[in-house]
Amino acid sequence: MKNKYYKFSIVTFLIFIFLIFYYGLKEKHLYTPEDIVIKRFPNLFLNDFHSYNETSLDNILIDSNYYLINIWASWCLPCREEHPYLVQLKKNSLIKIIGINYKDKKDSALKFLDKFENPYTHILSDTNGTASIEIGAYGVPESFVLNKKKEIIKKIIGPIDKKKFNEIIKLLKNEN
Amino acid sequence: MILNYIGNFSLLFCFIISLIIFFTCLSCLNNKNFFLKKNLNELLFFKFFFALLSFCSLVVLFINSEFSNETVLNNSHISKPLFYKISGTWGNHEGSLLLWLLILTFFAFFYFLKSKTRPADERLLTIMFQEVIILGFLFFLLKASNPFNIIYPVPKEGLGLNPILQDPLLAIHPPVLYLGYVTTSIVFSSSLAGLIKGNINNLWAKDIRKWVFISWTFLTLGILLGSIWAYYELGWGGFWFWDPVENISLMPWLSLTALVHCVLVLEKRSIFHSWTVILSIITFTLGICGTFLVRSGILNSVHTFANDPERGLYILFFLFFLIFLSVLIYFINEDKFEKNNKNLNFYTKETSIILNNWFVMYFLSVILIGTVYPIFLEVLSNEKISVGPPFFNKLIIPFLIPFLIFMSIAPNLKWIKNNNFLNKFKLIIIFILSFSLSIIVSRFFGNTALNITILLAASFYLFITTIKDFMKKGFKNYSQTISHFGFSLLVLSILMNSIFSEEITSNMRVGDEINFSDKTIKLQKLENSTEANFLKLIAYFKIEEENKTKFVLQPEIRIYDKPKTVTSEAAIKTDIFKDRFLVINLVKENEYLNVRYQEKPFMLWIWISAILISLGGIINILKKNEKQIL
Repeated sequence: MKNKYYKFSIVTFLIFIFLIFYYGLKEKHLYTPEDIVIKRFPNLFLNDFHSYNETSLDNILIDSNYYLINIWASWCLPCREEHPYLVQLKKNSLIKIIGINYKDKKDSALKFLDKFENPYTHILSDTNGTASIEIGAYGVPESFVLNKKKEIIKKIIGPIDKKKFNEIIKLLKNEN
Repeated sequence: MILNYIGNFSLLFCFIISLIIFFTCLSCLNNKNFFLKKNLNELLFFKFFFALLSFCSLVVLFINSEFSNETVLNNSHISKPLFYKISGTWGNHEGSLLLWLLILTFFAFFYFLKSKTRPADERLLTIMFQEVIILGFLFFLLKASNPFNIIYPVPKEGLGLNPILQDPLLAIHPPVLYLGYVTTSIVFSSSLAGLIKGNINNLWAKDIRKWVFISWTFLTLGILLGSIWAYYELGWGGFWFWDPVENISLMPWLSLTALVHCVLVLEKRSIFHSWTVILSIITFTLGICGTFLVRSGILNSVHTFANDPERGLYILFFLFFLIFLSVLIYFINEDKFEKNNKNLNFYTKETSIILNNWFVMYFLSVILIGTVYPIFLEVLSNEKISVGPPFFNKLIIPFLIPFLIFMSIAPNLKWIKNNNFLNKFKLIIIFILSFSLSIIVSRFFGNTALNITILLAASFYLFITTIKDFMKKGFKNYSQTISHFGFSLLVLSILMNSIFSEEITSNMRVGDEINFSDKTIKLQKLENSTEANFLKLIAYFKIEEENKTKFVLQPEIRIYDKPKTVTSEAAIKTDIFKDRFLVINLVKENEYLNVRYQEKPFMLWIWISAILISLGGIINILKKNEKQIL
């Protein structure tokens, strides 16, 4: 009797798998690897750069019209290049600059800020680089401009130079 | 043009001869009249000959770039180097199936030549099952993926071979892998035949053992080649991605590994009859199942072949035909197994082998579930997910620890009974030694998690015990010792690699410099050049390390024209203990290059250990019926 049950269950199981595969074939499988454009910036949970407390990005993005999220590291030379523009941008009251410190040591990052001035209202640290992957960043430096609704309105790969700086300023003026 | 016809008709001849062989075997079996058997040899040879003829015509069509042939048109191009024109023959769906068929017919012929010691009716039955498989593939080849479709008017230029497949390693990867897969079909047919005839015993195991080892060795080498290719060509800096296609090749390998051990136990001790047969069936069906998953387009992966549901449907029916056939045969003949009431003592070799078999089966089911779960989920709830490395790592790593420990102890146990206390004492000493070693390693080189420390200890344990066994036994059973040693080295190197790997990603342009731990990476210059069938952009990176070593890495970006593709060629500097890996990518509409620099310790040792593992297999195949001591 027991023998029959196990034979029966094996056959049923195989038929089940067959049916799944059969219907699986009928589904369309033409997913094209489209460039995923994240409309709304995802909420990230990262450690605060200074206090090491876990902080939610949503709690930081509350009281400004625009935000610039800047991924940077002290070891990255192009970051040094873009830094003066960030400092200049800090003077603009419409926008708040939030830094994500990417795969960096705290001491060297602090030295970097001492030397070149700190443009960031908040700094979060992404020690292992996972958060940067989550937001689809290629590497450092990279910046995202967000509006009040936390939607990405501009993405800058590589450092912010004069041209890109002007584009951001223009963007802020136009939107208002 | 004429070759198209030659190829096509050879396939038809193959089909007819195959049918003749099938019915000859059938009548021989019924009449107990073995007169016709003499012809069988010739018939099998002719079938192989026609398959070879057909394959050669396709190769010549590729060499001459005759675009009247649809397969050539879709996968070749006049400006392609000759070497890739030839390897392009099996770099596509139709051609690779033809290669598969060629190997299948060859092994059917070879099996018949080499199996004279087996009972005649078992050989006939094996050939019959083999013909069923060959007929299935031939029908599929002729009906749904004929490599000799003619196109008229003849186009002037072909569409080209996918550039990432234009690689010397990838030219030999499929044939080696197929040699492994196809030999499992012999094991499958022979075990079904033995099952029907009630011949599954230690003598059968002795004869089939060679086939199991051939198949296991080739499969190991095939997977290794694919993995090396992925490492330097796909530019992700890893060697295993838990990609569905990789998993599919790993599953039959795992069940074969279990089978390799089982067959040895069956030969020595006349136990595990049914388990051996089940494993043979599982191995082969997993191979076909892999073909189905890869060729039908049901899975999304980096290297899915032509996505054609019609083909998928055909393979699916064929796959389940074979599964139900073998299940049916198994159920009917289940009672024919030799009865054995041998008690299994816990401290014996056979018990630890069965335990290790269970572990292997567990790994196999984890991988199987991880691979097909997305299909199930999509059909049942229309959700799309992909299963990634965290799933596999979480479910496999903890179970690898007892697996490694059993693997270290088992070769030191004896058959039937064990009471060697001195040996036990040594094993415990080694265990303590390896545990402290792993604690030292993980304390000194970073704070690693507890489970990794234990895993490290387990692999050190296997590493040391295999060395000890080698010292003690010498060349008594070195094929096993080499394979086990290779495996421990593999686990160790993979662990070291994942613990100590470092990586940095950045956007750079010419003249930029980044500092990363204690080294500076500078992009010095970019150079363009034009090659036979692609444009090349070479970047020169100067890397300086703190200990004053300086070297230049030259990664490339290749822009192919036919078909239009951009590939990244990683620059790799291989040292005994560390690989430096640098890959660049173009950033859309930007002067910056996306640079990824990685330091991967012990990469070379991963390859070496995989070679050692298969070397053990090769030695076992070449050994002349020497007494097998497990």
